[in-house]
Amino acid sequence: MEALDLDLEEGELELPAEPMHLNMGPSHPAMHGTVRIVLELSGETIVKADVQVGYLHRGFEKMCERGTWTQVFPYVDRLNYVSPMLNNVGYALAVEKLCGLSVPDRCQWYRMVLGELARISDHLTCTGAMAMELGAFTPFLWFLKAREMVWDILEEETGARLTHSFGRIGGMANPPTADFKGLCRAALPKILGLVEEGEKMLLKNRIFIDRLENVGSISGAEATAFGWTGPCLRATGVAYDIRKAHPYLKYDEVEFDVPVGTRGDTLDRFLVRLGEIRQAKRIIEQSIERMPDEGPVNCDDPRVVLPDKMDVYTTIEATIQHFKLIMEGAKVPKGEVYSYTEGGNGELGYYLVSDGTGTPYRVRIRPPCFQITGGLSRLIEGRMLADIVPTFGSLNMIGGECDH
Amino acid sequence: MSKFVLEKLRERFGTAILETHSEFGDDTAIVEPSHWKSVCQFLREDPTLDFDLPVDLCGVDYPSRPTLSAGSGVAGRMEVVMHLYSVSKQHRIRLKARVGDEDMDGAELDSVTSIWPGMNWLEREVWDMSGVRFRGHPDLRRILMYPEFEGHPLQRTYPADKTQPLVAYRSEEEAGVPLHKIEPFGPEEGMPFGRLAVRRAEDN
Repeated sequence: MEALDLDLEEGELELPAEPMHLNMGPSHPAMHGTVRIVLELSGETIVKADVQVGYLHRGFEKMCERGTWTQVFPYVDRLNYVSPMLNNVGYALAVEKLCGLSVPDRCQWYRMVLGELARISDHLTCTGAMAMELGAFTPFLWFLKAREMVWDILEEETGARLTHSFGRIGGMANPPTADFKGLCRAALPKILGLVEEGEKMLLKNRIFIDRLENVGSISGAEATAFGWTGPCLRATGVAYDIRKAHPYLKYDEVEFDVPVGTRGDTLDRFLVRLGEIRQAKRIIEQSIERMPDEGPVNCDDPRVVLPDKMDVYTTIEATIQHFKLIMEGAKVPKGEVYSYTEGGNGELGYYLVSDGTGTPYRVRIRPPCFQITGGLSRLIEGRMLADIVPTFGSLNMIGGECDH
Repeated sequence: MSKFVLEKLRERFGTAILETHSEFGDDTAIVEPSHWKSVCQFLREDPTLDFDLPVDLCGVDYPSRPTLSAGSGVAGRMEVVMHLYSVSKQHRIRLKARVGDEDMDGAELDSVTSIWPGMNWLEREVWDMSGVRFRGHPDLRRILMYPEFEGHPLQRTYPADKTQPLVAYRSEEEAGVPLHKIEPFGPEEGMPFGRLAVRRAEDN
């Protein structure tokens, strides 16, 4: 039998020229987090992309207007659910700015260590999941193993692996456990070892590099105009890191570098995240060195901080104070404030409006990945269909915070 | 921190800047709604200001606020709050515009998507959540809620416990049982491999 395609010239082949519409998501193996992308395809090239979010909208901001200021903490946990501690700390700092409070040194170091641990877990999840979506399953398991070690520490400290609800206005729910520093010192080298191992498997893999390099590139100016912040912006070469530009807590007292990329492509975003894991390790090491073992964690302000439990049981003053704080909530002075911290994905801002009562008048969260996802269609238009998977993965869209 | 931004704004726009303050170190300027876009344009293009990062846009509802005395007679029920940052100059500003009367009539602002493309989604969100229309927006659709949704949930007049299910809740006739008597986790509910199966196994 002779080959069927002998008399076919390539130019004679007529391909269907009509653009095709394709739905990707909201439930798609490569779309972790529920997001839907409606694509107009010409062949395999994306002509137009309409990114639709909102599938995880839970009315977070509306809910906050009903409870007390402290009752917002469990909600912010569920915004970015791979680094909830950063959200806790960010919200606590915002309310403290409004109250004019500053927490003791010990608590500031403690918050920094917990926050950087959360950042490691955030970046591990993002890079691991992206690799998995490209078919590299083993590094994903390596990274998750490392993430589990981070979560073990956080579980030891807070009692919960994921949704800690550990921040409080004017301090933390509990002081550090006795062995906190030991746990960190023991786990960090192991975590970094696993990261290195996983990284080696990926960065020496030609297929992996080819799928990331020069895919989804964006210039620094354009990324800024889209409102990008965090690792995605730094991958374009703009070294804007709130921990450096506007230091909060004790970030001005520790040494760390801000990893930046050059091309702003998917590979750069991947490398910046891995670089930040290493910097987080440096920050944690310096912080646990300098964190005092003794001393108060909560600030000494009876307006917002709950009294000691033993006093609540034995004295009437503390009982009344406890009752008032729980039932009416801490009275936050009238005013409005915008407080920003460096979250896992970028600038995590809280715009709070208080009318002077125990309930927030308005809690607005500025989730970093909302605007990052807003730039997604710009990244993928004109590219191939298969490029969506690494590009989307590297943006680290977290449904909870993106959809409020 | 960066009071000179406010000074520059006052100098350039005069009475169009209704009010300024710097509570908690956050410099704030309240802008006459009709000048919204030109103020933004100025903030973006003036080389000494250079606000290149659109940080945030949101609406804050004050349904009981009295009518502003700004001449136009438009009550400023909905406060649209914008946060901007300059990466090169490292300063921030908060802009506000008050729009709409008590029924949210006239709640309109000029879109600034052409100045910062990042404002595209933020303006859609403010429209969706707070009900402020943006004139000249290329694609003013709902973004977080579904297209069939009625109302704007972050207006304070929207009841917090109101639901708008796309598929109607089942009635008692359909369910065949009095619905209000079923506990959230009654004995007959749950996964077949869950509580029910365990209990059956125990019974046998």
